[in-house]
Amino acid sequence: MAILVNEKSRVIIQGITGREGMARTRLMKDYGTQVVAGVTPGRGGQDVYSVPVFDSVAQAWEKQGPVDVSVVFVPAALVRGAALEAIDAGVQLLVIVPDRVPIHDVLEIAARAAEKGARFVGPNTLGLVSPGKAVLGMIGGRAERAREWFKPGFVGVSSRSGGMTSAISYYLTRAGLGQSTIVHVGGDAVVGLSHPEVMALFEEDPETEMAVMFGEIGTSQEERVADLIEGGRFTKPLIAYIGGKAAKSGTRFSHAGAIVEGSRGSYETKVKRLHEVGAHIVEAISDIPAKAREIAGSRPK
Amino acid sequence: MARLFEYQSKKLLKQGGIPVPAGEVASSPEDVRRIAETIGRPVALKIQVWVTGRAGIGGIQFADTPEEAAAKAGQLLGMKVKNFIVERVLVEEKLDIRAEYFAGVVIDDAAKRPLFIFSPVGGTGIEEIARLHPEKVARKTIDVLKGFPEHEARNMLLQVGVKGRLLPKLADLLTKLYQVARTSDARSAELNPLVLTADDILYAADCHFVVDDYAVYRHPEFGIEIAREFDRPPTELEKIAYNVEEKDYRGTFYFFQMVEQTAGSEKYIGFNGAGGGGSMMSMDAVLNRGFKLANYCDTSGNPPASKVYRAAKIILSQPGIMGYFASGSGVASQEQYHSARGLTKAFQEEKLDIPAVIRLGGNFEEKAIEILQTYLKDIPAIIEGYGRDDSPEFCAGRLEELVTKSGGRRYEVRPFVETPIPEKAYVFETVTGRISFDHSKCSACQSKGCVAACAPKILKIEDGRPVLAITPEEAGKGKCTECLACEIFCKFHEQDAIVIQLPIPGLKEYRDRIIAGQDENQ
Ligand code: SF4
Ligand code: SF4
Repeated sequence: MAILVNEKSRVIIQGITGREGMARTRLMKDYGTQVVAGVTPGRGGQDVYSVPVFDSVAQAWEKQGPVDVSVVFVPAALVRGAALEAIDAGVQLLVIVPDRVPIHDVLEIAARAAEKGARFVGPNTLGLVSPGKAVLGMIGGRAERAREWFKPGFVGVSSRSGGMTSAISYYLTRAGLGQSTIVHVGGDAVVGLSHPEVMALFEEDPETEMAVMFGEIGTSQEERVADLIEGGRFTKPLIAYIGGKAAKSGTRFSHAGAIVEGSRGSYETKVKRLHEVGAHIVEAISDIPAKAREIAGSRPK
Repeated sequence: MARLFEYQSKKLLKQGGIPVPAGEVASSPEDVRRIAETIGRPVALKIQVWVTGRAGIGGIQFADTPEEAAAKAGQLLGMKVKNFIVERVLVEEKLDIRAEYFAGVVIDDAAKRPLFIFSPVGGTGIEEIARLHPEKVARKTIDVLKGFPEHEARNMLLQVGVKGRLLPKLADLLTKLYQVARTSDARSAELNPLVLTADDILYAADCHFVVDDYAVYRHPEFGIEIAREFDRPPTELEKIAYNVEEKDYRGTFYFFQMVEQTAGSEKYIGFNGAGGGGSMMSMDAVLNRGFKLANYCDTSGNPPASKVYRAAKIILSQPGIMGYFASGSGVASQEQYHSARGLTKAFQEEKLDIPAVIRLGGNFEEKAIEILQTYLKDIPAIIEGYGRDDSPEFCAGRLEELVTKSGGRRYEVRPFVETPIPEKAYVFETVTGRISFDHSKCSACQSKGCVAACAPKILKIEDGRPVLAITPEEAGKGKCTECLACEIFCKFHEQDAIVIQLPIPGLKEYRDRIIAGQDENQ
């Protein structure tokens, strides 16, 4: 099962002929992701690691058949256009890897996606991986590494820090605990699928028995996960780590911002809320595997 | 988060059709007098700095005559407020205020939409009011595809009891504010207070705009020097670093100087993190060992070797540091040898003599560590490389031991010397620099190993000499990834025939000044 992506997902890569696009096409293909086409306007007819390149998403769809996922590697300034193109063509899941995408562009992508029932991960994401099935984006970097670091299992991982996504998963693997799906939700203030949305998917996934969340200060994502738990909409065990304890509490940049966030957003409020609803808070990343094992040991068979 | 000054924000509002008080910005008492004369009525003088509560610190003054305005401006200009020096004052007609409101647009991360907020009670107490009397604050999330039509604004105003002739006027103004916020890529745009004067006109009396860092490139008109949040003006070195970041879109390079002077007995180090989460963890690890950071730096998102090289050169422009600590998440997807090569070139050039602990965990960490070990053994410093199974705490402990062993030697900044390109060399441009091959040395070369070292395979041998296998244009547009592999190979295994120049504008002059200071202190 896993969430969002599996070995059957049909994937295209927008910006396949660029530096990152090319390198990560190799990762995805070697890992076993079904990469059916690439898109770079003006480069139709070429191929990259024997993936045929087309001039538009619609053309790729027409020639190669239905597309489930598009992984976007175009420069930040072109992300809006590329994402809207994929959504309009009917692609239901986008993985937007580039960072520094203007926030108003992200809002527009979000609005159009909502209209069309599409979802997206990112921007500013390493991507996601369902170990043993498929990888989207650049997480793991190379297929050999992705296979070594991530193993199939029952822990769902969701993280706001790219590097820590892999680090946590690798430490779990080293402790003999595999993962169902690993998602780097992205490091920006507004992301397509945020922690609560990923947790809701883990709730539905029979393979996922517990989840690990790497949170950070700022935004209301972690508090909203607490709301989910409180409302009975996430019932599996959750291990959470919140980064940024030492950082000076997020500088509020306006009255309006403060009014919206209210009491949310700080390290203390996140930890407090999650604690209240029974999540397992760990103080150090290195405590995650032991905690996961403890929970796994006590779970009903 | 790039903040705009009040006078800049007001210019935007005016362009967007929102009335602002008559006025102009000035940086000398003479200009203030002239502006006050033109206004021809009593004026307000407002210091243009990024602090809240200006009135409370005397940063807002009133004057009845141009002479009085000039005199008061003389006191305001040059005034020190927190870390800023007042360089400009805004001179505006003094308003006869009847009522104050609050209006703002921010981004709601949960809704993934802009959120409009309006309150018939304005002023600095707005956050308090929102908390105690939420019914006095109207909120409305906006569908960006539809925009913010006037009737939505009107309905929102009705919720908080706005009525009569004011209603359509305010509604119109709010839709305009939304437009301005969108077109200026604001993360937050607020009017506080928005005022109604005795003669029934609405004015944006004060306002506060924060522009999205990632969209600053669309707005050269804002003149934003560094699209990042600072609670003080950027330092010279930060400006140099930001220039590097701006000129190279590959990966992200963030540089923040914690101190400009590393004086005293504190154990300062140069800090080079990789990725937000990993950097924070690594920072905690060194701080726990009693180190202080001279700077915080984050090179993430798969930067090329050239960018990491520049980051290291900038970090090593800070006198007095006792060590160099580089550490990321530990399990990075990015190929770690790029960072290793960037650091190698920088450490070589600087002949580093303070200890460095480099934690390069992740893809190809073995190769990365090998690069550090092979090519940095001849420099005076001890360099240790670690991987994903070595925790930040362990690595911080290593640095502590090495620093102790080195007797606490402090770093002296070296002059910035660029290796010259020999005449008649074969040269091509790269994205941010140039590469030269001194072909006269190549005849003595058996291996021609530069060609094999080049992973993107853009070099070939012609008549026994390495040349581009692609056009120079292609190389300059990024086919040469500035991985530095050819130069490092040739330097250590062959004839040292390759020079890669990666300029860092302003760093030479900066270091000259630092060195002059260093010598004075001795
Ligand atoms: S390795 Fe150096 S000396 Fe040998 S061919 Fe290449 S540039 Fe010339
Ligand atoms: S020529 Fe090749 S090896 Fe040398 S820096 Fe460019 S890409 Fe790297």
